Amino acid sequence: MIKFFLMVNKQGQTRLSKYYEHVEINKRTLLETEVIKSCLSRSNEQCSFIEYKDFKLIYRQYAALFIVVAVNDTENEMAIYEFIHNFVEVLDEYFSRVVSLMSKMQSVLFSSASFTRNWITLGLSRSYVNIEL
Amino acid sequence: MPAVSKGDGMRGLAVFISDIRNCKSKEAEIKRINKELANIRSKFKGDKALDGYSKKKYVCKLLFIFLLGHDIDFGHMEAVNLLSSNKYTEKQIGYLFISVLVNSNSELIRLINNAIKNDLASRNPTFMCLALHCIANVGSREMGEAFAADIPRILVAGDSMDSVKQSAALCLLRLYKASPDLVPMGEWTARVVHLLNDQHMGVVTAAVSLITCLCKKNPDDFKTCISLAVSRLSRIVSSASTDLQDYTYYFVPAPWLSVKLLRLLQCYPPPEDAAVKGRLVECLETVLNKAQEPPKSKKVQHSNAKNAVLFETISLVIHYDSEPNLLVRACNQLGQFLQHRETNLRYLALESMCTLASSEFSHEAVKTHIDTVINALKTERDVSVRQRAADLLYAMCDRSNAKQIVSEMLRYLETADYAIREEIVLKVAILAEKYAVDYSWYVDTILNLIRIAGDYVSEEVWYRVLQIVTNRDDVQGYAAKTVFEALQAPACHENMVKVGGYILGEFGNLIAGDPRSSPPVQFSLLHSKFHLCSVATRALLLSTYIKFINLFPETKATIQGVLRAGSQLRNADVELQQRAVEYLTLSSVASTDVLATVLEEMPPFPERESSILAKLKRKKGPGAASALDEGRRDPSSNDINGGMDPTPSTVSTPSPSADLLGLRAAPPPATPAAPAANLLVDVFSDGPVQPSAGPTPEETFLSELEPPAPESPMALLADPAPAADPGPENIGPPIPEADELLNKFVCKNSGVLFENQLLQIGVKSEFRQNLGRMYLFYGNKTSVQFQNFSPTVVHPGDLQTQLAVQTKRVAAQVDGGAQVQQVLNIECLRDFLTPPLLSVRFRYGGTPQSLTLKLPVTLNKFFQPTEMAAQDFFQRWKQLSLPLQEAQKIFKANHPMDAEVTKAKLLGFGSALLDNVDPNPENFVGAGIIQTKALQVGCLLRLEPNAQAQMYRLTLRTSKEPVSRHLCELLAQQF
Repeated sequence: MIKFFLMVNKQGQTRLSKYYEHVEINKRTLLETEVIKSCLSRSNEQCSFIEYKDFKLIYRQYAALFIVVAVNDTENEMAIYEFIHNFVEVLDEYFSRVVSLMSKMQSVLFSSASFTRNWITLGLSRSYVNIEL
Repeated sequence: MPAVSKGDGMRGLAVFISDIRNCKSKEAEIKRINKELANIRSKFKGDKALDGYSKKKYVCKLLFIFLLGHDIDFGHMEAVNLLSSNKYTEKQIGYLFISVLVNSNSELIRLINNAIKNDLASRNPTFMCLALHCIANVGSREMGEAFAADIPRILVAGDSMDSVKQSAALCLLRLYKASPDLVPMGEWTARVVHLLNDQHMGVVTAAVSLITCLCKKNPDDFKTCISLAVSRLSRIVSSASTDLQDYTYYFVPAPWLSVKLLRLLQCYPPPEDAAVKGRLVECLETVLNKAQEPPKSKKVQHSNAKNAVLFETISLVIHYDSEPNLLVRACNQLGQFLQHRETNLRYLALESMCTLASSEFSHEAVKTHIDTVINALKTERDVSVRQRAADLLYAMCDRSNAKQIVSEMLRYLETADYAIREEIVLKVAILAEKYAVDYSWYVDTILNLIRIAGDYVSEEVWYRVLQIVTNRDDVQGYAAKTVFEALQAPACHENMVKVGGYILGEFGNLIAGDPRSSPPVQFSLLHSKFHLCSVATRALLLSTYIKFINLFPETKATIQGVLRAGSQLRNADVELQQRAVEYLTLSSVASTDVLATVLEEMPPFPERESSILAKLKRKKGPGAASALDEGRRDPSSNDINGGMDPTPSTVSTPSPSADLLGLRAAPPPATPAAPAANLLVDVFSDGPVQPSAGPTPEETFLSELEPPAPESPMALLADPAPAADPGPENIGPPIPEADELLNKFVCKNSGVLFENQLLQIGVKSEFRQNLGRMYLFYGNKTSVQFQNFSPTVVHPGDLQTQLAVQTKRVAAQVDGGAQVQQVLNIECLRDFLTPPLLSVRFRYGGTPQSLTLKLPVTLNKFFQPTEMAAQDFFQRWKQLSLPLQEAQKIFKANHPMDAEVTKAKLLGFGSALLDNVDPNPENFVGAGIIQTKALQVGCLLRLEPNAQAQMYRLTLRTSKEPVSRHLCELLAQQF
């Protein structure tokens, strides 16, 4: 089961977050900082799965953007790992290879609401989703 | 999904966004935003009615401003207005605003719900989907209450469009996860199962997720999904790689759906129907075969998706654990992955193989990979992969390879990462004990452990080696010799000194014949370490010295000299001082006979399961409490030792603040000091030396509970004015985890009830008949004083007439790092179903904090166990045969099914366990009486585990119907 979904940049700023279990807002910041710290400290030789507290983080890096999914221990790691890529491909298709979404900010913002298949809605903390593919 | 067209863009919004982007400073940004807010406000307030487009544009701007981190206090009404627009883009923005800025303003909620209702009834699939997404995204209880009944109808309606069904299934899943009680089960469940046959793969995917969640609660209602899932899986697996169009991912047909179907099947035992089972086995074989075929694409996406399905297939094979052929094939497949160049695959292969190792069919096959795994332990660059390798070695270990594995793990320990050392130490200790053929090997291994990683050797480990050495006389001489040699190292770990001190104190005589280890040599060796050690170790060594006086009278003068030294007799530490004084007096006053009796060799420890195992289980959640679900860790972890194991499971926590309560810090009984001190009381019963060592917290606690105590619970209960009961209306609802925290305490009486960054609440309680006393310990984890600290107990509903709880006031200030204690006296007047609430309020740094928990007082605490013969049991069982007197529950095991753990839990629950009653020895039968002031309720229970299905059936019969049901609910959550 997916517990939360994060898009974080290399500077550690959260770009998008979606929680599937209730976490208090003030705890989220701390959690996200710790999560991104553990992802940033990994090298390419290491696997994409991190055991973190009592759940697992599965992450992929796209240029300066990390996508991190936290799951419980019954989840299939490989399926989630590839799901992240599928998600990115869908975004790419949908927004036709956007690098800087300045002008298309609204599209990202508003279409993600109807982004039915993956249930990602907004939890943007600041500015826009910056996807560099 | 409607595509985003360029013409739809709102120019004003784009300009505003780029203005913000161009702002050079934070101040400029705020200025620009304030200007915009003023503009929007005036537009909304203006006389001119705004058209839909403008409304949408301004609501968008507000949303953007909100996402930038500014508060928005208007515009909600305009957003709600947009909901009733007929234009998709306007409606969508309205819903988006509502989903992001949910406001519990009751007026608006009613309007929003109304708009949603209209859209749900609109028969326009796009609008219906928008409404469903909004419900799911908000996911609040109010939303659930308003729509939980409608959504199943939309889901199974014949005329719903595919996209609507898909959204409805996921929406229902979300509501069910948020508040399961709101989703009514009914005739629609059978039709949901049939969605597995749906033409549309998206609907099937959503339905599988929903069913997987629902069937956990009611496995029987959804049993028909097995055959449907198998046939769906079979169609996917055997389809050509392009059949499924959109749902083919890099030539793999519907990988995520396959994974979900395989996961659903893992909720059930293997299919009973031979045809279904045959078809399923065929599927599983096909997946395993495909793994051997050349890939259809060189792209990594192809192999990742394929492997995801493969790993889930292997999980199902392991779950069934009944097809030797498939298990061995799975093992071989994983064996190939062990040497794959992709780290992810190596990691997953090691992880999966770990579960395979525990199956009798594949254990041998797993063992053939030992060299690869050992190599992984040595060469992997990723610590998490190495850890998996260590786990696998632990799982595949048996008598035949124990020596090899233990020595490899010891070698690994020297370079292992700090994070996993303690776990490795525990594992080595367990394997060494479990597979020890000769105990000298065991002693060597443990001493090596202490030498290599002394800091990580927890007390359980060295207690255990002492227990084993004490209990086995064939190894005592060897242990004394080895430990003596180990102590000669110039720098040896303090744990080594402890083990050495204890063993030489007990068995030093066995090596005293050798002049190289004569008594004075032994003593001076130990004493050379004395000054470098901590107080606890020095205390232990003092006990060793007094034992030496008995074992070796020739050392008496030297040791008395040491004890008499000012540094001992006037030691600042009261424990050391006391020991020095008492031992010195003992050695000079008592005759040789008395000395020999008092200081006799320790008797063998009662045989019991290693407490190290329990410790290892506890280790599983290595971090402190998780941010997501604090305190939700395996509730069995503490129970195992609960009240059963006399060894205190002293956890060596690195930070002292982690254990403010001292709940786990009773002195180790394994050291000779404790019994010796008790005996001293007799020896000097009229002497001047008062053994003021102070009873352990446990002893004080129990003695206070004795009924004739001056301050008996009854006396307190008679107090007519219950102090400061604010009444239920003044306190907030219990925190979301309250039920789970309560569940942890159903079968045990002490532990940490609650913990966050500020506060830790510990509980200790004792119940006798219908009375109980509870101690609550409030620990301030911060360095700042809590003010106006006031914990109160509240009785919701008519609990007042069922349970009397008398609290004592506590100090209103709690200093940083300090702990206060509150005593509660409890009397059960009659049977009750809901526990009292504990409301804690205080001010921390000026901010008021409040917290409501459920007090761990459940009806079963007033259980009195009753022993009876099989005949009596059956007779009473039959007497309680009215349908209402019985409550039964069939449920899936949430924890590993271990008979010992189950026994411990049932005893902790309070009933007596009756042996030789049930003809099936696997089953548990218990009996007891619930004691309340008004009445007594007899209770019989029976628990039937089914290890194969990982299910339990629990039956309770009592003379009172609500009691049966309530106890059944309580107990069922424990397994």
